[in-house]
Amino acid sequence: MSWIAETLTSSVGRKVIMALTGFFLILFIIVHLSGNLQLLLNDGGEQFNKYAHFMGHNPLIQTVSILNFTFILLHVITSIILTRRNSEARPVKYHVSRMQNSSTWASRNMGFLGSIIFIFLVVHLANFWFKMKFGGVPMVEYDGVQYKDLFTVVKEAFQQEWIVIVYVVAMVALGYHLSHGFMSAFRTFGLHHRKYNGFIKGLGIAFSIAVAIGYAIIPVIIYFRY
Amino acid sequence: MKLTLKIWRQKDANDKGRFVTYQVDDVSPDMSFLEMLDVLNESLIHKGEDPVAFDHDCREGICGMCSLFINGKPHGPEQTTTCQLHMRSFKDGDTIVIEPWRAKPFPVVKDLVVDRSAFDRIIQAGGYISVNTGSAQDANNIPIPKDKASEAFDAATCIGCGACVAACKNASAMLFVAAKVSHLALLPQGDPERAIRVSKMVAQMDAEGFGACTNTGACEAECPKGISVKNIARLNREFLRAKFIEEVDKPLEELAEGK
Repeated sequence: MSWIAETLTSSVGRKVIMALTGFFLILFIIVHLSGNLQLLLNDGGEQFNKYAHFMGHNPLIQTVSILNFTFILLHVITSIILTRRNSEARPVKYHVSRMQNSSTWASRNMGFLGSIIFIFLVVHLANFWFKMKFGGVPMVEYDGVQYKDLFTVVKEAFQQEWIVIVYVVAMVALGYHLSHGFMSAFRTFGLHHRKYNGFIKGLGIAFSIAVAIGYAIIPVIIYFRY
Repeated sequence: MKLTLKIWRQKDANDKGRFVTYQVDDVSPDMSFLEMLDVLNESLIHKGEDPVAFDHDCREGICGMCSLFINGKPHGPEQTTTCQLHMRSFKDGDTIVIEPWRAKPFPVVKDLVVDRSAFDRIIQAGGYISVNTGSAQDANNIPIPKDKASEAFDAATCIGCGACVAACKNASAMLFVAAKVSHLALLPQGDPERAIRVSKMVAQMDAEGFGACTNTGACEAECPKGISVKNIARLNREFLRAKFIEEVDKPLEELAEGK
C-alpha cells in the first residue's frame, strides 16, 4: 500500500478525513445560511432570486458545489466505515452501563444525528435543488430579465406544516452534531492546548446554536408570514 | 453489609456466558472490592463450587492487572482501580452487577478474566527505545525541562489496565496508545524513534481490532490514573507528523525491502 493510502485508511487517518470534510462543510453551512437569510427580506423574493441565479451560473460556485457534494459523500462513507468498525470492536454489549455522565449525549450519538441530517438533505435537495436544476420552477421578471422564482417555491413548501417540522427537527440535530463535531475536529488535528481549549469549545457551542436557530427560523417565519 | 452480586460466569472463550446471582453476608465496609470477591470465592470453594475467576496482582493500584465493569462503570463508581475500591462506596442491601471488559480484542478467558495481550503486542510494535539503558546516569546528564518531564511522567502513569477501552463506546484503545506514545515522544531518549513508534503502534492498534476515537472523553473520565485526552491530541499530531513530515516512518530495513 502506498504511504498515503496507508495513512488515510488507518483509524487516525479516517478521523482526519472526517475532520477535514467536516471543516469544509462548516464553511458551506456559513455561506449557505448567509445566502438563505435573504429569504427573510420583505421584497417579494427579488434579491433572493437574483442571488440564486448568481449561485446557479457562476463557474467558481459550480466547481465548489461539486466539491461540496464530494465532501458530503466522503464524510458519510467514512463515517459508515468507522461506525461499522467501532460496533465490531464490541460484539458483546454491557448488560448494565452507567456511562452517560462520562461524555456528552451528542458525542455518543454522532451517527444517529448524522443520519437525521442525511435524510433531511435528501428531502431538502428533492424539494429545491432538484426543481431548480431540472425544472418545475416558475419564472419571474425583474427589470426585463427573466429569473427562476425559487422564492415562490420555498414559500409554498414552507406553507406545509410537516415540512416546517422536518426542517426544524433537522436543524436541532445539526446543532447537536456541530456541538461535538466542531470541537472534535480540532482534537483530531492534534490541536489541544489549555491556551485555547476553552475558546474552541465556547466557539463551537455558540456556532452550533447560531446555525440551528439561524436555519430553523427561516421556515418558521415564512410559515407565519404568508 | 449484605450484598447481592450478579456476576458474569463464562466457562471459557467459547462458552456463551450468563449472569449468576450470589448473596454475600458479613461484608465489611473496609474491605476492598477484591477482598469482598475473595470472601465470596472462599464460600464457593467450601461448598465445592467453582470460584469466580478475576484478575488481580499488586492490589495497591499500580500494576494494572485488576479490571471489572462494576454497576455499569469500569473499576466501579470511584475513579480508581478495582483493588483500591472499597465496600464503603456501596450500601447495605445493594445489588452489584459485575461484568468483564467487553471488547473484541479482549476475549474473555474465564468469567471476569479477559486476555489483554493485545496491549502487549501494541507495546511490542514500538512502545520502547531500541538502545540499552545501562546503569543509572548522573542526574542532569541529559537536561530535560521540568514541564516536559512532568508531561512525560503523567503519561507514563498509565498502568495499561484497559479501562479506557472498556469505557469507550467504540472500544477504542486510543488513550492507552496515546499515553505510551506521549511518554516516550516527550523525552530525548524516545525522540529518535518518534515517527516509527507512532506509525507502528497505530498500525498494531488497528490490526488488533480496536475501534476508532470519537473524542467523547469517556476514557479520561473513567481512567483510574486520570490520563488526559490531550495525549490523544498529541498522538494525532505525532501520527500526522510521522506520515507527512518525517523522512522515515518505518525502520530502514523495511524501507529497503520496499514494504
